[in-house]
Amino acid sequence: MKQIWIITKRELQSFFDSLIAYIMLVAFLGFSGFFTWFSRTDVFYLDQASLQVFFGIAFWTLFFFIPALTMRLIAEEKKTGTLELLLTKPVTDWQLIMGKFSATLILILISLVLTLPYYITVARLGPIDHAAVWAGYLGLLFMSGAYISIGIFASSITNNQIVAFLLALLIGVFFHIIFGQLAGATSGFMSQLLDYLSLSTHYESMSRGVIDSKDVIYFLSIMAVGLFSTEIVLAKRNVVE
Amino acid sequence: MDILVDSITKTYGAQRAVDQVSFSVKPGEILGFLGPNGAGKTTTMKAITGYLAPNEGNITVGGISVLEDPDAVKKQIGYLPESNPLYTEMPLIDYLRYTAELQNVPGDQIKNRIREMIRVCGLEGEKHKKIGELSKGYRQRVGLAQALIHDPEVLILDEPTSGLDPNQIIEIRELIRKIGKEKTVILSSHILAEVEATCDRILIINKGKIVADGTPDNLRKQAQGKEMLKVSIEEGERNDIFNKLQGLENVEMVDILSASGNSFEIQSKDGKSSKREVFKLCVDNNWYLTELTPSETKLEDVFRELTMK
Repeated sequence: MKQIWIITKRELQSFFDSLIAYIMLVAFLGFSGFFTWFSRTDVFYLDQASLQVFFGIAFWTLFFFIPALTMRLIAEEKKTGTLELLLTKPVTDWQLIMGKFSATLILILISLVLTLPYYITVARLGPIDHAAVWAGYLGLLFMSGAYISIGIFASSITNNQIVAFLLALLIGVFFHIIFGQLAGATSGFMSQLLDYLSLSTHYESMSRGVIDSKDVIYFLSIMAVGLFSTEIVLAKRNVVE
Repeated sequence: MDILVDSITKTYGAQRAVDQVSFSVKPGEILGFLGPNGAGKTTTMKAITGYLAPNEGNITVGGISVLEDPDAVKKQIGYLPESNPLYTEMPLIDYLRYTAELQNVPGDQIKNRIREMIRVCGLEGEKHKKIGELSKGYRQRVGLAQALIHDPEVLILDEPTSGLDPNQIIEIRELIRKIGKEKTVILSSHILAEVEATCDRILIINKGKIVADGTPDNLRKQAQGKEMLKVSIEEGERNDIFNKLQGLENVEMVDILSASGNSFEIQSKDGKSSKREVFKLCVDNNWYLTELTPSETKLEDVFRELTMK
């Protein structure tokens, strides 16, 4: 646990040192703020005290930003050789993966916390469905966790950051849109399966204000699969044929 | 702490990078790992540090198996990898703190250890810089500092002096020798002079196998076997001298060394010395003998002989 926290601290520090964190925060707050308050379909246009617009935008911005945050996490360490340095210290592969995962999740958490003023402002404008807002935030956090674990996996199989970024987006796009689209185009069991796999479906059901264990399990399983696959990739150096 | 490597084998695909390698190192001993590039030095070191698991065999450090309890072993080891990877965007002090924390140095001692490492490794003037701003020699010192930060019992250094200037090399060697008095040190190199200057024992590895093991003096003696003499004679005709030298009783072979002038290299027969005979021959023929020196077998020759097969 202590090792995970040490790695988490360093990764967070490195996000802020390299300006990635600031760019992420400014861009995220900028996009979501613009569309929530100034765009053609903003809160005033909808004339409803709701954060639906914000959640819709955050859903897409995080989808694009998370691969940019995760792409260097392992790929860079592999390229410079610092991975070897880390793993020859008393650090297990798991502690390394979890440290990087939680650092990214904390950064996302910080950016979400910084959007709380939107919530407070909207709540003062009219009656707001508080449960829906908190469920929406939770949904964003779960979704971020899922995309971070996919991003870390993509970063672990290459030492080229661009490849890691594109790969994370490619895997992400399936969960983000393609599965949902295919579910509409097929029928029967196939349609149900694809609908279950579609991340948007679960995100939408969550952001409506219902926290269903089915959705939570879905998000947690994606995280688990992503992180386990990363562990397998890292441990591959020791596979004895 | 003893390091015991027991017949480890590591294969990459069909290639056997390390093949049934066994050796042991005792505390207070500096073991030099010598071999041409790609001989298996780095792979063996990575196996000891627990980064790569060998396909076969076992490694214990201080009685603890690397395969069974890697974390316990890693705590005892300070490791400097070959390419000396560092976080270039990190300030030097932050980096040392990070490694100290990861090595579980108690919080109240971290500051002292960092100060100590900066002093020992001669980083005083650079301590406020980012690692990326340091020159190669200083980076190498940072690599050494991070390996030593938790005062490990075992130090594994993969080519520790690569990229350093001659003064720095001497400083680092002295540092390693000082540490090696109490600790167990393994260092690898393909520079013979370095190994000869720093190590108590040399292990020569070639194509994944150990081909020699012993002190520098021992290795030299092993390879020496026959006496070699360098002889220069000022007067006389070259072919005549050559034939007469060849005719001596204890001489096995004569080589002409230079194109002009009468310099020869004489190899004596097994266990015989031909110094007296050569001297007598010169006296008898009234030649002026300008040089008669036994040529020492250099470690380079041992190395070449063992690794060119």
